[in-house]
Amino acid sequence: MATLTFEEQLVEHRVYLMRFARLQLRNDAWAEDAVSETLLAALSKPQTFGNRSQLKTWLVGILKHKVIDIIRCHTREVSTPDSDIDNEGDELDRLAFKADGHFVEPPASWGDPHQTLQQRQFFEVLDTCMERLPPTLGRLFLMREWLELSSQEICKELALTPTNLYVQLHRARLRLQECLNIHWFGQRTR
Amino acid sequence: MLKFTLLRRTCKQAAALTIAREDRALKLNDAVALRLHMMACKACPEFENQVLTMRAAMGKWRNDPAVEDEKP
Repeated sequence: MATLTFEEQLVEHRVYLMRFARLQLRNDAWAEDAVSETLLAALSKPQTFGNRSQLKTWLVGILKHKVIDIIRCHTREVSTPDSDIDNEGDELDRLAFKADGHFVEPPASWGDPHQTLQQRQFFEVLDTCMERLPPTLGRLFLMREWLELSSQEICKELALTPTNLYVQLHRARLRLQECLNIHWFGQRTR
Repeated sequence: MLKFTLLRRTCKQAAALTIAREDRALKLNDAVALRLHMMACKACPEFENQVLTMRAAMGKWRNDPAVEDEKP
């Protein structure tokens, strides 16, 4: 275990990095570029880490910078106005409310969050649900949740108004909840 | 629509505020109205639990490299 060279350790994490890069960029070629550049950058400043997680965290940190660079290079392609960012009505209507503003059907109980988050499979389903978001919506959501960019930064990168950004983020959140309702909590609660 | 008062929110409005709170700070009267609604409503706390579970899940997904560790 201690015999792996730094290069070998890096290669071990390639698949892991690719998953994040793909999820964020929604473009395999860009994702390959981001990961290759990350590994090159890492190779140019070899370091020793106490364990796998520390190396991973360091690599993910570099990857985020590379991904942001790529988003900047491709701003126009990333946020084309005719993409899935547009108005398809009030996303809350997916939840189905009566005219008086009450739920038609009460929201499903998700039970104890701590218990849910203990389960590795839950995160696999979450991953799948994120993959299923339309590309533009997925990118925007992950710019917030994975790259942890501020609203101003995202608006600037994607040329969105704050209101539009919030609408899109809420839409992404509701879709993820809906997806988890069906593919995770649905089987469990009833 | 006109019986809408300063601190009264329908479930639909409460759900909108609950999800909005993930991305921006609520106005004080909205925040208070939401708290009051949650105390009186059975359905909306379930929705809030979904939103808070998602928040916790995204935090763990983002920060815990072990979560998605590949099996060697």
